[in-house]
Amino acid sequence: MPYHVDRRDFMKLAGIGGAVFASGLGLPKAAGAAVQQDFFFVQLSDTHWGFAGAPNPEAANTLKRAVAAANALARQPDFIVFTGDLTHTTDDAQERRRRMAEFRDIVSALKVKDVRYIPGEHDASLDRGAAYQEFFGKPNYTFDHKGIHFIALDNVSDPGALIGESQLAWLSADLAQLKRDQPIVVLTHRPLFDLQPDWDWATRDGAKAVELLTPFANVTVFYGHIHQEHHHMTGRIPHHAATSLIFPLPAPGSQPKRAPLAWDPAAPFKGLGFREVAARTSGPALGIEELPLNKG
Amino acid sequence: MSRFAFALGAILVGAAALAAALPGIAQSERVVRITAKKYEFDPPKVTLKRGEPVVLELTTLDRVHGFKLPAFGVRADVAPGEVARVRITPDAAGKFDFLCDSFCGSGHEDMDGEIVVE
Repeated sequence: MPYHVDRRDFMKLAGIGGAVFASGLGLPKAAGAAVQQDFFFVQLSDTHWGFAGAPNPEAANTLKRAVAAANALARQPDFIVFTGDLTHTTDDAQERRRRMAEFRDIVSALKVKDVRYIPGEHDASLDRGAAYQEFFGKPNYTFDHKGIHFIALDNVSDPGALIGESQLAWLSADLAQLKRDQPIVVLTHRPLFDLQPDWDWATRDGAKAVELLTPFANVTVFYGHIHQEHHHMTGRIPHHAATSLIFPLPAPGSQPKRAPLAWDPAAPFKGLGFREVAARTSGPALGIEELPLNKG
Repeated sequence: MSRFAFALGAILVGAAALAAALPGIAQSERVVRITAKKYEFDPPKVTLKRGEPVVLELTTLDRVHGFKLPAFGVRADVAPGEVARVRITPDAAGKFDFLCDSFCGSGHEDMDGEIVVE
């Protein structure tokens, strides 16, 4: 389903410019009437604080650069969401907590104080989310904002990439309270569909979540994990993966291994960035725009 | 019967008896053992014959790992102190990747291997 948006309107809403507005994303149409007021939020993903290696020699500065770029937006978003892998994994539980504390300190410099988090497998899979929950709270939750129902799904605290029957029951109970035309945004880390199973780019029981969401007419999923912009439809549900803030990964199946793309000294921070999502009261409920970090 | 033939026969009989003693493993099935540990499978490459039924026996030396062979639609959790078994019968020649699909640490993304079917 083609998706069109008036770019000038979006720029007026978000107060930004200089980037090409994405199109053909299959975003739900005609849900805008349920949105109570135009607003936008920002999605940042896969910051991997604590990573060190050749794929990003500026790893110690990249998160701070992203925070500065978000703070430099002419208009500030209503809220910011980090869709997982806030920190890079470590077997050392003490070091894991140190990285989470540092991450929290750095993002505390964001002008926007309404910041939401969900875990990635690097944050939560080795201790089933224990350290993550100490710092960032529950890994699955809902909230409502100006007419949109947001659902944060945890598909990483089980190291086997499972949402789990308990959380699926929780999701089902939450959805049971909603009208079928309610605009819904799902925030999660792994893709809920089998994007590239042999690269572990999947959620083992993600199809069960998609099945629960399918009866609803205006569902959009935003996720991370794959370190690149990617758009996919399951039925009428669009799924949008965000770029990373540490290193880009290759396109699904484009090469034998999912090894990070090499850092380009001639174009530092290439392939890194974040995303703005605009919610509107008329026309398509949502519009998205990608903001490269190397232009920040 | 030469001593070599006798010894070989004894080994085969012993192998068949072992297979019979393992629950769910038919005597006609070949057993291939794969050991997992952070962050590798041993052996990382397994060669099989097309049409030959095989049981992959999976164990781990450290923590829980996953074994996933997407091309065959099979996976298993590999837990310490247990033996996980996956049964396959390759019906086409080729190379097929397997991987750990239970997040196990900093080298998880590189923990994979290959099955070659001849």
